[in-house]
Amino acid sequence: MGVARDATQDEIKRSYRKLARKYHPDVSKEADAEARFKEVGEAYEVLKDPEKRAAYDQLGKQWKSGEEFRPPPDWDAGFEFRGGGYTAGDAGAHSDFFEELFGRGYAGPGGTQHRRAFRMRGDNHHAKVLIDLEDSFNGATRSISLRMPELTEDGHVTTRNRTLSVRIPKGIRPGQQIRLAGQGGPGLGGAESGDLYLEVEFTRHPLYRVDGADVYLDLPVTPWEAALGANIKVPTPAGNIDLKIPANSMQGRKLRVKGRGLTGKQPGDLYVVLQLTLPPADSDTARNLYKQMQEQLDFNPRAAMGVS
Amino acid sequence: MNEKDPTMPPIELIDEQTTFTLAELCRCCAVEAELIEALVEHGILEPAGQSGRHLCFPSSSLRRTRITLHLQRDLGVNLAGAALALDLLERIDELDARLRAISR
Repeated sequence: MGVARDATQDEIKRSYRKLARKYHPDVSKEADAEARFKEVGEAYEVLKDPEKRAAYDQLGKQWKSGEEFRPPPDWDAGFEFRGGGYTAGDAGAHSDFFEELFGRGYAGPGGTQHRRAFRMRGDNHHAKVLIDLEDSFNGATRSISLRMPELTEDGHVTTRNRTLSVRIPKGIRPGQQIRLAGQGGPGLGGAESGDLYLEVEFTRHPLYRVDGADVYLDLPVTPWEAALGANIKVPTPAGNIDLKIPANSMQGRKLRVKGRGLTGKQPGDLYVVLQLTLPPADSDTARNLYKQMQEQLDFNPRAAMGVS
Repeated sequence: MNEKDPTMPPIELIDEQTTFTLAELCRCCAVEAELIEALVEHGILEPAGQSGRHLCFPSSSLRRTRITLHLQRDLGVNLAGAALALDLLERIDELDARLRAISR
């Protein structure tokens, strides 16, 4: 947690709050935020309790493997970041972290919020699923591994790995969700299971960028293609197309290709953004051509700045 | 113990056109209607309109409710603070998208 061994309880609390904000998975943009958030939460659980902290201080960093270490009787009590928080999904492997929603159960109509009824609907579970742009175009099936807490018959909680095959429908967009009814946590006392929600995110594509239903493509063009106009072949997620570059196009010009974005009921558009690319002056021919332009064109891009 | 589930469960797509009634939203987020009402009062949720006698909420309400509950639970943020955080997060997402667009 980045605090000195002799830090006061107040210092620990301040440091914890700062790190919890920094790594909160709903706030942080860092890739390993969820794992860091859990680490910080667990560290704080130890350090905020003077008794546990004393045990930690005694054993130092080896406390986890130390065999002579006997935890206090209430060691496992009140781990807010276990059951109730972001539970350990297969964070590294698939990046489809899954989190258990709110430790408390769903209170049915007329039920009270904190009292556990004998019959209780299972928790809804949430996970993120990363797909490629191509999956949205072609549809896909994704294998999703989840680690689910499960109640055994004698009332103990174990975790069980499950793999689900999930159909990714064509035209799906970032931020949309897929609901799998009854695939969440199991209900208690014969009540129905909760649902599983998958939030869709796209992996970064080397060529395309997605904004809602629209797809953006940066297209390198030569100065003469931009200046004189041209018909060029352009890749799109659904295959190559011929695109007409209008004469006198400038750097950054956006050309819209209607209906060539993500598919769906209301298909998005493809925006081709021209990126003017200069040929290197690495030969006599190239240098001569640049020299000719210099001598024959009256062109000053800095005219508006009052300098030449 | 890696158990394969060979069946492909039926899926339901929640897109921008999907709306939820109050009861559905409560069920999806495992919360009580009173909390949803409080979220509406704080401007965290905005009903998209009414279907019959029932309020209906846009599908983004799922995510907003979930984040609010997480911020409350994990950081001790109150509803006014969560409303502010959600607005700022949205703004950061917009700016990030713009930044990505110009810094490729």
